[in-house]
Parts: sequence; structure tokens; C-alpha cells
Amino acid sequence: MNAALAVAFGTASIRVATPLVLAAIGEAIAERSGVINLGIEGGMLAGAFAAAVGATHGGLMAGVVAGTLAGIVVAFVFGAIAVWGRTDQIISGMAVTLAATGLTGLLARRVWGVAGAGLSIPTMKAIAVPALATIPIVGPIFFNQPAITYLAYLMIPLAGWLLFRSRFGLEVRASGEGPAAAAACGVAVARVRITAVVIGGLCAGLAGASLVLAEVGTFSEQMTAGRGFIAIAIVALGRWNPVGIAVASLVFGAATATQYLFQAAGTSVPYQLFLVLPYLLALAVMAIATRRHGGPAGLGQTH
Amino acid sequence: MTAGVAVERVSRDIAHAMAAFALGLALLMAFLLLAGFDVGGALAALWRGAFGSWYAFTSATLVRATPLLLLGLAFTIGGRAGALNIGMEGQFAAGAIAAVAIGVHGAGTPAAIELPLVLAGGLVAGAAWIAIPVILRARFEITEVISTLLLNFVASAMVSYAVTGPLQEASRIYPQSAPLVSGARLPHLGTGSRLHLGFPIALAIAAALALVLNHTRWGFRLRAVGAGGRAAHIVGGINTTRVIAVALLWSGALAGLGGAVEVSGVSFALYQNLSPGYGFTAIAVALLGRMRPALVVVAAIMFGALEAGAGAMQRDAAIPAVGIEVVEAVVIVAALILAWRRPR
Repeated sequence: MNAALAVAFGTASIRVATPLVLAAIGEAIAERSGVINLGIEGGMLAGAFAAAVGATHGGLMAGVVAGTLAGIVVAFVFGAIAVWGRTDQIISGMAVTLAATGLTGLLARRVWGVAGAGLSIPTMKAIAVPALATIPIVGPIFFNQPAITYLAYLMIPLAGWLLFRSRFGLEVRASGEGPAAAAACGVAVARVRITAVVIGGLCAGLAGASLVLAEVGTFSEQMTAGRGFIAIAIVALGRWNPVGIAVASLVFGAATATQYLFQAAGTSVPYQLFLVLPYLLALAVMAIATRRHGGPAGLGQTH
Repeated sequence: MTAGVAVERVSRDIAHAMAAFALGLALLMAFLLLAGFDVGGALAALWRGAFGSWYAFTSATLVRATPLLLLGLAFTIGGRAGALNIGMEGQFAAGAIAAVAIGVHGAGTPAAIELPLVLAGGLVAGAAWIAIPVILRARFEITEVISTLLLNFVASAMVSYAVTGPLQEASRIYPQSAPLVSGARLPHLGTGSRLHLGFPIALAIAAALALVLNHTRWGFRLRAVGAGGRAAHIVGGINTTRVIAVALLWSGALAGLGGAVEVSGVSFALYQNLSPGYGFTAIAVALLGRMRPALVVVAAIMFGALEAGAGAMQRDAAIPAVGIEVVEAVVIVAALILAWRRPR
């Protein structure tokens, strides 16, 4: 592999990994509080739709803000149903994703007609970080990326601090490991869980915005195509901690980016094989990762 | 339980189901109103498409209800054992691929031989497709939820590969398979009707499942595991891993049969997006039916009507059929909340 190809491959990997790491960090915060949120797929989709609409009318910043807000709203709905309503988290999450799929599909037709979005959406340009971007190979891969990727880099230490150094993080982890014991110690478990889920939704919304504004450049129905579910597998592979999640996301980014490599090389292997690679990888890593570390003890338990 | 209590329970369940369904529909209409769609036209088209005529009811509603019933029963088998098969969309696709792979061959073979092969192909393929999550759960304790879900995307890519590769029609222009030979097609019930033998087959399976769940030892074990796995293991000496594995395999098999019945009774060929999300709608069907086969039949017909109506809504009132997913989501949530409030 020559240097130019390596840079292209690396850059594509990071670009694909950006929404994944954002979504997975958000999901990890929710899961640490004991809530598994399958509605994250719906949150990403809503974020992507809102970002496309926002960016069309108000530019990139408006797109990011709108996407984030949409993610928050979807997560709050899920939190209200699963935490306050004390329903099965898995099925409630699926329902929220279904609802988001239906609503974004309806609204997309309303806004853009059958033609779809695209032409009018501004996209984020890569910004080279002075000095760092000149490092051979590694520089252009990591430091010549859209702004939202740098935001994702920033989220990694931020989420680490939030989970492991802040008082709120302590309450989150207590609610996840032993909700009854946490409640006995005076932690408002339901409130902590809802807050964690909403923070997760913020991240999912950002992830959706990043998908539209920095990776694909258009909105189409069901465009997230299971990325939210892959993020859930990434959380398990990253052992519920931000640094692990970042590494795991990169692995998935690279797995997806291989298709560009092979397309460039012009092989006769059916493209569907590359399409399924991330999903198969997610299955395989779950078999390895979940076994050694089962995640928060109270994950999925209603309280 | 006395007969009076049973009747009261059933009527309350049906009332709850109706309420959940009405709530979902009302919320969709409110949303359509806000988004500026023509709500009156939407409702009229919905009704016309679902119940407007005998033809609409049998050839649209019941035809749509057939896969929903099979998949709803598939979810029920797993669900009663406490396992959630979210991958029915994938097993449906696997079943459809297998059925088509068999059904495009053997022109001139009598249906009495060809049809059982096609349907059995669907059953086996569905079970094979869920075998991976079953092994992952039994061996590595990985929740079937994520694994079945991820395999949906793999199955979808497989259909895409099949219809542009090995199973593509002879002229190699369209991304679809060759049509099934006549012996591989489910007979229609009455001339001019699109309703096919798949519907009575699904009804018979519902009856059989009710019998198995309530009157056999295996059904008892299944329900015991679903009610409380540890208790079933400790007190009843039940091998919970095994019971759940078998339940999930049957669940996958029924979903695969759903795919086979759809290609053999309706589409007569394989193409991409054969299922408009039946695998997810069926979760709503099963939950609305409180995972009891008789009620699942009622719920499947309700959702069949909704899907048929949605088709008419898209044609006549230009409202995208995806909007129906909103109703499904609301029904799922309402059913969950009602189930929680009800003392078990």
C-alpha cells in the first residue's frame, strides 16, 4: 500500500468512525446508568434529518444545533417511556426507533418531495490543524478532518471525566451497577437515568448531524442503516469506557473503509460482501468482548 | 380460573388492544394534521383500502395479515420463553431466498410435491439464519437482541446479492429472480381473489401453537422459563438454555416460513425490499396480542388492515406508507404500559 492510498484509507476510516464514536460514547453513558437504549438508532436518524433541514435553511451551525436538539428530544421520549413508564427497555427502544423511522420518512417527503434532499445541503470542509497535519501519513489522517471530528476527539476525555471524575458520573455508575443500593444511598435513580439517556441522545443527535454534514452530504430515508445498533456493539467492545470505545469505533471505521480500498483495486468480489463486513465484525466482537466483561450489573433492569 | 373471570379477562384484553390501536391511529392523524396533510382524505383512503369492499378485505387486508400472523406467532414463541427475536426481518428474507431457490426449478412438478419442498425450505432457512444468534446466546451468553438485529442487515445484503447474482432472472436486466414455477405457488382461494392458502395455514399454526403452549409439557416448560428462568431451573430442574434455544429456533423457522409463504403466495419472485418491515410490525402484532395465539390472530388482522389501508393512503392521498410505523410504535408502547399496569 503506497502512502497516498494509506492516507485515503485512514481518512475514510476516521470519517466513518466519527458518527460511530459520538453515538457509542452517548450510548455508553446511558448504559453506565443501567439503561440500554435501542432508540439510539432513531435518535441518530432524527438528528440526521434535523441536521439536513437546519443546514439547508440556516447553514452548518444551524444544522448541528438542530440535529443535537432532535437527538435530545428522541432520547427524552425514550427515557420517559422506559424509565418513568418502567417498560421493557429493549422493546421501548425498538418502538422509538420505529417511530423515528416513520416520522422522518413522512417529513422528508413533506420537505423535499420524492426527489429527496441533497443538492442544497452545505457540508463540512476538512480543516488542517497547523503543524500536526504536516506529520507524514498520521498527520493528514487524524488532523485534516471536519470540525465535528475534532469535537468527537474532545468528547473522549470529556466523557471520561464525566463518568469517572464527576459526582454525577458516580451517581450514574451507582444507578447502573446497583439501582436499589444507589436509591438507598439517596441517589435519585430515575432522574439520573433520564439525564444520562438525554446526554446519550445529545451525542446521538450529533452523530446523525455528522453523518449528514461530514460524511454523506445528503439525507435519505433510513440512512443510518443500523449504525446506532453497531454503536451498541462498539460500547460492549470498548468495555463501556470512552478510550476503548474510540479504538473500537476506529476498527469499525476501518472495516467499512476497506470497501473503498477494494473498489480502488477493482476486484470482482461482490460489493455486498463489504457492506456486511461491519455487521459481521460487530457480531464477532460481541462474542469476544461481552464474555470477559458483562457490563453494568443493573443494565436493562427497570427500577 | 372460572369461566366468568376468563371471559372478563379476554374482553378486557381486547378492549386494551382496541384502545392502544386507536391511540396510535389518533396520534398519526394528529401528526398528519400538523404536518399539513389531508387528514380526511387519509382516513377515507385508509378505510377504503382495508374494509371498503369484500375484495379489499380478503385480497388486501387478509393477504397482508398472513405474513404478520406468521411473524407475530414467531415472536410469540420466543417471547413466551423470555427471548426477544428482533431478527424476524432477516429470517423472513432467508426463508424467501430458500423458497425461491427451490421454487424456480422443477417446472411441471405437481404442487403436491413442489409446494411442501418450497415451504420446508423456508422453515429450514429461517431456523438456520437464527442458529447463529442461538449459538452465541447458548455458548457465549450474548443477548439475542443485538445479534438477531445485526443479522437483518446481512440478510438484506444477501437478498441484494441473490437478485443481482445467482438467482437473477434469465435476461439479467432486472434485480429480481425468475418467477416461481406454477407448482411452487400457493393456490388462491376462489377465482379473482388474491387471498391464498397461506392464510388458513397461518390460522392452523396459530391453533397448533395455542395447543402446544397451553396443553403440552414443552409448552409448560417454555412458559415457566419465560416467567422466571432461575426459578424454573432451580425448582423445576428445567434446562433453561436448551428451552430458550429450541424456542428461538422455532421462532426463526416460523419467520422463515413467513418469507416462503410471501413469495409463494403473493410475489412469486424474489426482489429487494420484499418485506415492508413485516419483521418489526409483527413485534407490535405479538405484543398487542399479548403473546396469546388467538389474540395474535386478531392483532394480525388489525395490522393487516392498517397496512392495506396505508397502501391506499399512499396511492390516493399521497401520504407515504412509512407513516404507519408511527402507529406501530405507539401501539407497542401503549401495549407495554398497559401490560405493566395490569396485575399478573
